[in-house]
Amino acid sequence: MNLHEYQGKQLFAKFGLPVSQHKVITEAEDATNACRDIGGTKWVVKAQVHAGGRGKAGGVKLINTPEEAVEFSQHWLGKRLITYQTDAEGQLVNSILIEECTDIAQELYLSAVVDRATQRIVFIGSSEGGVNIEEVAEKTPEKIIYEAIDPLTGPMPFQARKISKILGLNSDQAKDFSKMLPQLTDLFITHDLSLLEINPLVITQGGKLHCLDAKINIDTNAIYRQPEIQEMHDPSQEDPRESEAALHDLSYVSLEGNIGCMVNGAGLAMGTMDTIKYFGGAPANFLDVGGTATQERVSKAFKIILADPEVKVVLVNIFGGIVRCDLIAEGILAAIKEVGVSIPVVVRLEGNNAEIGSKILAESGAEIVSLNNLEEAAKKAVELSK
Amino acid sequence: MSILVDKNTRLLVQGFTGSQATLHSEQSIEYGTNIVGGVTPGKGGQTHLGAPVFNSVHDAMEAVQPNASIIFVPAPFCKDSILEAADAGIKLIICITEGVPTLDMLVVKKRIDELGIQLIGPNCPGVITPGAAKLGIMPGSIHMEGSVGIISRSGTLTYEAVKQTTDLGLGQSTCVGIGGDPIPGTSFIDVLKLFEADEQTKAIVMVGEIGGTAEEEAAEYIRDYVTKPVISYIAGQTAPAGKRMGHAGAIIAGGKGTAADKIKKLQECGVHIAENLLQIGAKAKEVLG
Repeated sequence: MNLHEYQGKQLFAKFGLPVSQHKVITEAEDATNACRDIGGTKWVVKAQVHAGGRGKAGGVKLINTPEEAVEFSQHWLGKRLITYQTDAEGQLVNSILIEECTDIAQELYLSAVVDRATQRIVFIGSSEGGVNIEEVAEKTPEKIIYEAIDPLTGPMPFQARKISKILGLNSDQAKDFSKMLPQLTDLFITHDLSLLEINPLVITQGGKLHCLDAKINIDTNAIYRQPEIQEMHDPSQEDPRESEAALHDLSYVSLEGNIGCMVNGAGLAMGTMDTIKYFGGAPANFLDVGGTATQERVSKAFKIILADPEVKVVLVNIFGGIVRCDLIAEGILAAIKEVGVSIPVVVRLEGNNAEIGSKILAESGAEIVSLNNLEEAAKKAVELSK
Repeated sequence: MSILVDKNTRLLVQGFTGSQATLHSEQSIEYGTNIVGGVTPGKGGQTHLGAPVFNSVHDAMEAVQPNASIIFVPAPFCKDSILEAADAGIKLIICITEGVPTLDMLVVKKRIDELGIQLIGPNCPGVITPGAAKLGIMPGSIHMEGSVGIISRSGTLTYEAVKQTTDLGLGQSTCVGIGGDPIPGTSFIDVLKLFEADEQTKAIVMVGEIGGTAEEEAAEYIRDYVTKPVISYIAGQTAPAGKRMGHAGAIIAGGKGTAADKIKKLQECGVHIAENLLQIGAKAKEVLG
């Protein structure tokens, strides 16, 4: 799960990290008071969406009067911001972050992730902030440090000194950073983060370290024990079909093609998409109905797939492991009846009681192409999608 | 011969009396697995599916000496259950449960490595040695005793590979589902090592997927240490970048971990690639001659 920048900064502040004075508004008229409350004569206004690249898309602006803040808010609130990280429709802006303006002397990069290779939380730091860090990693790897945190010891002061050196901090800043590193680690662990990124971490004209941005991802598996984070969930930033699916424990990702897919198991679902592509078709979605494909879930899955107007045919691929295919066949029939499916459905059942399942589908009179061979089923679905 | 589990496996089921554990334990017993007991705190002294229930793994250890455990407890309690089994001295722990927080696994993994314990999973279908024992949720009926060792990050996709090798008469020595989470207890390399040393295994099928670099690391290990033929299929060749595809592990980030990257690396290291999941069995047959 992703957080907005302002939510990330709230968490930063809670853990004692240096962030700018700020206010969040959802009504343009509140912008004037927000600027006055913050004080000063220069502010930064930032449209809040779950995507990077906002600056280039016009979603971030430096302003000199509260009126400009109102104007900016009127322009963006309720509109969709399209950046290179969003899809063509963009993300809905429903809040604006107003911050005091920071005078930047230097931009640095700092992040922390759970690294699969070392199986540790790893901090990544670079003196080259505010830019594409992948490019820095590729062209000047010596400018990046990867520092793994041992779960037993936690972050040690020597590690802060190692990172400080690569960041190019002076001794006062390094001292401040030695406080920041445990604070960031504490935040990471306390709230079950999977990613924390400050790009840029800046050195101000006054020589102080300051977190100018905050990007936070939370481990979805741990949301159950993060009540504070649950409150921050903003469904408007997610694909409505994906959120609807998640509510029913279905894993759904919408794609560009026209063959709706319903599969049990994430790996097989990806394999099925690959097979469709292999035979010249284009999957409309990834959908994992889970290990126990009950009638209720199959119905819900059909509804979600059919909500996509591009879908011309649905391919159901179920490998009945423990679940019996005859039960799944009945589930599919009931679901088709309930939802009122009017496009062709190709079903491939394999595994436990697959033959009985196929027979049930064949004798139902419903418009279903039942094949127990994935190759034939995929080819058929591709043919019907053309 | 086989790896990890065989007819001498004495299995303990943690979370024994729950509905999923009951369903899968019944099927495992039917398959011939020797379930010596189960653990459900507070239900010690009862009998379930003909086996004794204990309050703790330690109690079970004393009474019935299990040498493997399978975990079905809900995700919030897996960290505790795994560490309990480890503390009681069980050397093979299989965690079926999905949804275990990554930071829990970070700590668990460090501890089990220190203790020299083999943890399979979490979020995995388990381990089966056809004809000997089934420790997991896979359908027993599609398996056949044979010569192909199968390792996979996925569940149903593994069944697909199993079915194909069974249909072609090759069969399997052991099938290990290592799970799709970012921090798995056991890696491809751990299992490759075991298959390389196993006489019954003549070829190895490795089913991978997008995300992470586990397949790339395995590729280098295969190049340097594995003499048996390895066949690999990578799922997610058509997945768009940055989208999470169900498995926590299957995320393509920053241009790393794409199917194309993995396939290229595997090919460079001498691994036979099944371009499509339909070709896994045929490729194994071709390689075995």
